[in-house]
Amino acid sequence: MNTTIGLLLLQDGLTSGFIYALLALSILLVFVVTRVLWVPAGDFLVFGALTLAFLQQGKVPGTVWLCGALGVTTAVAETWHAWRGNEWRDWRLVVSISLGTPLVIGGLIYLLAGSKPALAVQVLLTLALIVPMGFMLYRVAFRPLADKSILVLMFVAIAVHYALVGLGLVFFGSEGYRTPPFITGRIDAGFTRISWQLVLVVAISALFMLGLWFFMGRTLWGKALRATAFNRFGARLTGIRTETTGALAFSIAALIGASSGVLIGPMTTLFYDSGFLVSLKGFVGTVIAGMVSFPIAVLGAIMVGVVESFSSFYASAFKEAIVFALLIPFLLWRSAVEPRSHETHEHDE
Amino acid sequence: MITCRGSAIALAASVLMTQTVIAQEIKIGFSGTFTGPNATNGIPYRNAAEVFPKTLGGAPVRWILLDDATDPTTAVKNTRKFVDEDKVDVIIGSTSTVTATAMTDVAVESKTPQIGLSPMQIPEAKLPWVFNLPQPVPIMVSAIVEDMKKSGLKTIAYIGYADGWGDLNWNALNQVAKSAGINVVAGERYNRTDTSVTAQALKIIAAAPDAVFVGASGTASALPHVTLKDQGFSGRIYHTHGTVAKAFIDAGGKAVEGAMMPTGPVVAAADLPDDNPVKKVSLDFIQKYEAKWGKGSANPLAGYAWDAMLLLDAAATEALKKAKPGTAEFRVAMRDALQSGKDVPGTNAVYRYTPTDHYGVDDRARVMVIVKDGAFRLAK
Repeated sequence: MNTTIGLLLLQDGLTSGFIYALLALSILLVFVVTRVLWVPAGDFLVFGALTLAFLQQGKVPGTVWLCGALGVTTAVAETWHAWRGNEWRDWRLVVSISLGTPLVIGGLIYLLAGSKPALAVQVLLTLALIVPMGFMLYRVAFRPLADKSILVLMFVAIAVHYALVGLGLVFFGSEGYRTPPFITGRIDAGFTRISWQLVLVVAISALFMLGLWFFMGRTLWGKALRATAFNRFGARLTGIRTETTGALAFSIAALIGASSGVLIGPMTTLFYDSGFLVSLKGFVGTVIAGMVSFPIAVLGAIMVGVVESFSSFYASAFKEAIVFALLIPFLLWRSAVEPRSHETHEHDE
Repeated sequence: MITCRGSAIALAASVLMTQTVIAQEIKIGFSGTFTGPNATNGIPYRNAAEVFPKTLGGAPVRWILLDDATDPTTAVKNTRKFVDEDKVDVIIGSTSTVTATAMTDVAVESKTPQIGLSPMQIPEAKLPWVFNLPQPVPIMVSAIVEDMKKSGLKTIAYIGYADGWGDLNWNALNQVAKSAGINVVAGERYNRTDTSVTAQALKIIAAAPDAVFVGASGTASALPHVTLKDQGFSGRIYHTHGTVAKAFIDAGGKAVEGAMMPTGPVVAAADLPDDNPVKKVSLDFIQKYEAKWGKGSANPLAGYAWDAMLLLDAAATEALKKAKPGTAEFRVAMRDALQSGKDVPGTNAVYRYTPTDHYGVDDRARVMVIVKDGAFRLAK
């Protein structure tokens, strides 16, 4: 190994690391706001990438039907809840989102797919189709369980993940897809050649991180999210509707997931079941951050990417083992510095 | 009245005929992975079965297709049903190694010949009744080593799945490369769902091999290939026969032009010389298969199913002279005819089973193909 190889490995590690960091952000955001462990983060990444891949081939992606099915389910469930509780306040908004998305965006994709619109339009259509699916999933699967324990929510999240993977197999097939690169080639930086892909990934991730930071720190909605994360009960007392903040967190998570999918699509062949491993690596990042700190989660996830790249170089057969073994020292350190407090919090509520 | 009586006679005659037909009908049980995790591989076999002929060796045949959903337990259940209820003469299947191996116990116990449609190991004790049809991995890998020798290449590096398929190819490569005097200079692993193999590619390039062998399958083979090219590797890149699928070329695009892999000759049937016995059989298969499933749909997997049918056809011609279908004697006669040591040209090989060799293929069972202009062509 020499410096040239070292720098290339570092680049490779950073490129995957930033993708893991984006997923770590979405996992952590959903967790602090709703206490749901966002296992399907990677599935949204796969949906983003594969939807774009289908659009680039001029085919109608299966996510259109998936979105339609999810939309109808949501609308039926919401109507049932509203009718039973005689509580029609949110009904119109939720039903119009869940039926409107597949009808309008899905319809647009159906009409435009054959004519292969410009790349920017394809990306926008992909995001517009997938982001509301995060919202719908929250309304269908998690909102009715908002007060249940973390463990129950985690089981439901895993069930949702398996359902999405199974549907992914039905809609995308078992073969993998790869999208053509946005910009090819590398820039000569003197000491090494930096790939455009890395520049793009870093730029978009930085945009997301700054955007999220601004949103959380400066806007009323962001402050509501933070308040919910800090103390759900207190937030409710001050008039914040935790189910609205929950839906918001899920939509942001879906946006981050789908965008990372668009970013990662040209770098690798993605399969319907590729998402789980990617979200696990993002999850390692959030664990390193103790499931609380956003900046540390980002750093942790980037570290996972770099360690992964170097361990593939030295011992490719044991790569995953090395990456996940990273958890052990961090868990030991975490449990040494801070006492377990989550359980007691829950009983207070 | 006359017409009425006429049709009555015709009806009686046809009933009589069906009865005689049923008595002599050959029954073949075919279990495959038509659904479940291995469905992509199983479906072409089922598609081929739909264009199977109605007779074997001149006698009418009934194909009984059952789905084992890629589940060994269901595969065994299917085999029991074939043997106990349907009283089949021969069993073919299954189309994954695990399910095919699971079926062997029942086949041997009931003394029914079984032709496995996915590569498997046959233990000594099961040899009398179990036949393996697809080419074993070392035969395929030896084609790569031969090709390297022909081109004067001396060193090869390996990157393959970190699973059973990766191991199988890695072991085969080490085994055949040593005897050919070719050095294996690096062995790297990756997972089908990995997002990057840049590190492995860099390590391989650092070892400066003349060629690289990618021990993967389908679209996942594109990632190492594209990464190696991207990092400036200009040597030859070989793949396994599991990579011969249009989806691989779609996923890799221009970068996989020039990729080479061994495969059954059916893939490059049109390019084969006219004196190759596989050519005629393959072209006939492709024509019949594509008439039903569309242009470009023929593939080596459907070819395996077709070959099983051809083997049974040849064996039935002999066996019918000795015994009646549906009897134990007929099953023995079928087995004996299958392993008679006669050449049977198929789409993927020229098969020649003997009582001691139930793998039955030699180097006529593979050709090298190269990706050229987005299609698999015979490598010259």
